[in-house]
Amino acid sequence: MEISGADLFLKALREEGVDTLFAYPGATAIDLFNVLYDADDIRLVLPRHEQALVHAADGYARSTGKVGVCLVTSGPGATNMVTGIATANFDSVPLVCFAGQVPLSLIGNDAFQEIDIVGITRNICKFAITVRDRKDLGRIIKEAFYIASSGKPGPVVIDVPKDIQVAMGSADYPETVNIRGYKPNEKVHRGQLKKAVEALNSAERPVFLLGGGVNIAHARREMTQLAELVNVPVVTTMMGKGAIPTNHPLYIGNLGIHGNYASNHAIADADLIFSIGCRFNDRITGKLSKFAVNTTIVHIDIDPASISRNIVVDIPIVGDAKNAINQMLEICQSRERTEWVERIQKWKEDYPIHMLKYSGVTPEKIMMSINRQFDDVILTTDVGQNQLWASQYCELDIHRQLITSGGLGTMGYGFPAAIGAQIGHLDRQVVSINGDGGFQMNMQELATAALLGLPITICVLNNGYLGNVRQWQQMFYGNRYSMTCLMRNENCPLQCSGPNEACPTQYVPDFLGVAKSYGVQALRVTEEAEIDDAIRMGKENRTGPTLIEFVIDREANVLPMVPPGEALDDMILE
Amino acid sequence: MDAMKQRWVSLFVENDIGVLAKISGLFSSKLYNLDSLTVGVTEDPTISRMTIGLTSDDKTFEQITKQLNRCVEVIKVIDFTNIPTHSRELLFVKVNRITEADKMELFRITSVYPLKIVDYNKNTAILQAVEDRDTNDELVKLLSSFFINRIEVVRGGSVAIESFF
Ligand SMILES: Cc1ncc(C[n+]2csc(CCOP(=O)(O)OP(=O)(O)O)c2C)c(N)n1
Ligand SMILES: [Mg+2]
Repeated sequence: MEISGADLFLKALREEGVDTLFAYPGATAIDLFNVLYDADDIRLVLPRHEQALVHAADGYARSTGKVGVCLVTSGPGATNMVTGIATANFDSVPLVCFAGQVPLSLIGNDAFQEIDIVGITRNICKFAITVRDRKDLGRIIKEAFYIASSGKPGPVVIDVPKDIQVAMGSADYPETVNIRGYKPNEKVHRGQLKKAVEALNSAERPVFLLGGGVNIAHARREMTQLAELVNVPVVTTMMGKGAIPTNHPLYIGNLGIHGNYASNHAIADADLIFSIGCRFNDRITGKLSKFAVNTTIVHIDIDPASISRNIVVDIPIVGDAKNAINQMLEICQSRERTEWVERIQKWKEDYPIHMLKYSGVTPEKIMMSINRQFDDVILTTDVGQNQLWASQYCELDIHRQLITSGGLGTMGYGFPAAIGAQIGHLDRQVVSINGDGGFQMNMQELATAALLGLPITICVLNNGYLGNVRQWQQMFYGNRYSMTCLMRNENCPLQCSGPNEACPTQYVPDFLGVAKSYGVQALRVTEEAEIDDAIRMGKENRTGPTLIEFVIDREANVLPMVPPGEALDDMILE
Repeated sequence: MDAMKQRWVSLFVENDIGVLAKISGLFSSKLYNLDSLTVGVTEDPTISRMTIGLTSDDKTFEQITKQLNRCVEVIKVIDFTNIPTHSRELLFVKVNRITEADKMELFRITSVYPLKIVDYNKNTAILQAVEDRDTNDELVKLLSSFFINRIEVVRGGSVAIESFF
């Protein structure tokens, strides 16, 4: 029996085990939505903007490990996905994004809502393809799910012209894939790994540097065992945080531009950096020519292109992090490294990160309250100071996960990602940390969260500034606050270098008013004493979202920090 | 930094719409220097073969081959830099406003250099060469010195294949 392309699309979703579809309709996708109308086994989520839609699918994918699936219409629906796709691509998140397209015969005619989405996304996704023949549809979808989820995961875009959706054809959905140009190598080279282990065994001052790859590979338990077995201290990138529990005695902290003192010094003093699943990007290394000079570097990564790209690696190993860690558990020897571990611990005690300079409601206190009150939580962040504070102070372990846009640094990511994470885990607690700027980039999603009754605790850290940029302007541009004040109005002078008596008193928008208009419970916290109660209210409200606006010091900074162009251990501490 | 070097790679790719854009887009988006790119179908109609000439240092080149290998559309990458190959490029040169004396000159040139006259009329001649790129560079230089401001050049980009030794 022959079925339509749309019916095969639905069949494919079922075969792939898709339980949730993030979808926004339009003319060229209407046939696909028509078959979904009868599909009561797939949860359909209608975000209020396609960018947020992709972020939600991304948050769903990162929190569940499953492929996030999106469906949008052609033209503006497709172009609105672009930032979401690039965000997912940068952080290796598996997505399959379907976009409707004008009929094949109209492509190239500047037809209404025709856009070359494959051309637009080609360089920002793992794979993009237009279905040009109904008989290829099943194979293309099958391959898309395989490409998205295997190897180094990433987003795949499938452009489906309207006539393909209605064309009749085979009802078969393939069971296997064979793509001759795509054979991800997940196995680990035994000989190389042995060499790496020997280097580790003989190192006096080794450090594990763990990136997002360890979390993507779901290797947290194994990694913790490994660190314990060999007694090697662990530093993480922001994406790698949580790879071993943050309260573990071997955990030092985040590394890099906003890393902590002990991590940056441990890396600077190490004789071996054993890195798994990290890119060594510029946020991690600081000044490259001063990074890990005379240090042996082992680098395990699933992506050959990530190895020896920014730094020279002595022992490169291509393969899946979990496979590598499991094999290391078999061949590594236990070894004491008391002196080295104690030296790092002393740094950690001597140079803790605290926001002692600021009083009242500080991001540190907010994060501490979250740490205390949630023992099982998915934490998402937006981008900016709020993100850096969250990743500095959040405590993570096997039950506490951090989701953040690390590579692209997309403002507006945090809240929709929390929606996706909550949809993927209706029984768990989800907390979203946002800045007042970034939250405004996707706060229309309050509708989505409210209508689905998602019990997300939404924290908005309101400093009235695009704080991260303002901090740079303060520290490196002589307090020239160019366009970073979110309180600025028509009457403000062009030049302003900080809050003063003449400042407008009214913050726009009134976040509580906004929340109210969506029927969302909301409260404002201006005193330190109110923090715990507010967060408790968010936690206890299980019927829908709670928005908490924290009014924080307008000019609080994220410290310590490595100034641009400096070496990792050249930190500004306060 | 290590030295910039001329390199050649041969790619087996899916013979499909968008693959050329994907490969050229990879070069432009990462600011890799692409000197020439040719593409044509192989004995298997579903596979095309590309010959790419580029200039880069060793480190960038390693990254380029890794990035190419990463593309789902790329089936195989062969580095031709240090292996013996046959490499040829088609070159056409049109010489305009020629005189009788020029004609004599052209016949002399084509008897000495690997150039063939493939077409001519009273005022114009078209020469052809199928040589490697460096030789073609020399030929163009030579002809432009003889026929200043009178030549038009069309070049096809190189194709290359591994040789037996
Ligand atoms: C979409 C987008 N636009 C611009 C930026 C540049 N940027 C990075 S952080 C930041 C400030 C964010 O302000 P806010 O959301 O209030 O967070 P804060 O830093 O104050 O915590 C900006 C503008 C970005 N990362 N993403
Ligand atoms: Mg702000």
